[in-house]
Amino acid sequence: MAVFKRTPILKDQLTHYCPGCGHGIAHRLVAEVIDELGIRERTIGTAPVGCAVLLYNYFNCDVIECAHGRSPAVATGIKRVQPDKIVFTYQGDGDLAAIGTAETIHAANRGENITVIFVNNAIYGMTGGQMAPTTMLGQVTTTTQHGRGGQGEGPPIKVCELLSTLGGVCYLERTAVSTPKDVMNAKRAIKKAFQNQIDGKGFSLVEVLSMCPTDWKLSPAQSVDFVNEKMKPVFPLGVYKDQ
Amino acid sequence: MTKIRFETHRCKGCGLCVLFCPRKNLRLSDSLNEQGLSYPEEIDPDGCTGCGLCFRMCPDTAIEVQSPKKDNQDKQ
Repeated sequence: MAVFKRTPILKDQLTHYCPGCGHGIAHRLVAEVIDELGIRERTIGTAPVGCAVLLYNYFNCDVIECAHGRSPAVATGIKRVQPDKIVFTYQGDGDLAAIGTAETIHAANRGENITVIFVNNAIYGMTGGQMAPTTMLGQVTTTTQHGRGGQGEGPPIKVCELLSTLGGVCYLERTAVSTPKDVMNAKRAIKKAFQNQIDGKGFSLVEVLSMCPTDWKLSPAQSVDFVNEKMKPVFPLGVYKDQ
Repeated sequence: MTKIRFETHRCKGCGLCVLFCPRKNLRLSDSLNEQGLSYPEEIDPDGCTGCGLCFRMCPDTAIEVQSPKKDNQDKQ
């Protein structure tokens, strides 16, 4: 009997996410991986600031809320004090690639044995759709009303490419949650990132391209097409580092 | 017999399950749930193959699928 149903790692609680948001799918993948690896009792998550700020309401494992962008620093502390625990951070693009750039880069460069789930929707979701570091050239946001230009605003930061040059990084992969195939691939990548930590290999980051229908001003179906047609050419999927 | 169950109170009516159903066997209902949103329903109760793509794409884990076929839960 094949059964597809909600894993007990996710609480029976409605999420606050907008209809069609990719966070719900990413939450399910992380929860299923924790369940399948049997590490629930020793897993500690860190919640970001951003749309996923209420992550601790949805996961049936220990979660610490971090200051904006400081999840890798908090995760470093937890992992160094309690090396037997499995520590993951769940961060958005405003959290990881803007205010938390320093923490991210240095945690990666030190090769901290943590798992980072990076949800990239190319926009600031919670605050109302402002330009994020990962916003694409020409993309209209509330602070780039004529589209992001390369002059003065710069091109989007590509986190996987950026971190792939650092020596301490073990595993980098960019995935998406915009098609069933991508969802299954994202789960495989997240599972590998957690397994790397269990094996003590070092810093693993999985980037997940996700939908934001509300702030993109698109329907859920249109935002799926937006990820597939606009985001994937700018942020190519694939493994960027695997040691 | 494949059974598909919708927890309609969880549904936000995004329609991703309808979009990705390979048999096009789902549609959004005319009636509304507690939140005032349409929720998916099966067009043909015998048309579901139990592939689970609707479950995989549902952001709100509002769908449960039970299929008598071989265990194809994605244990990757």
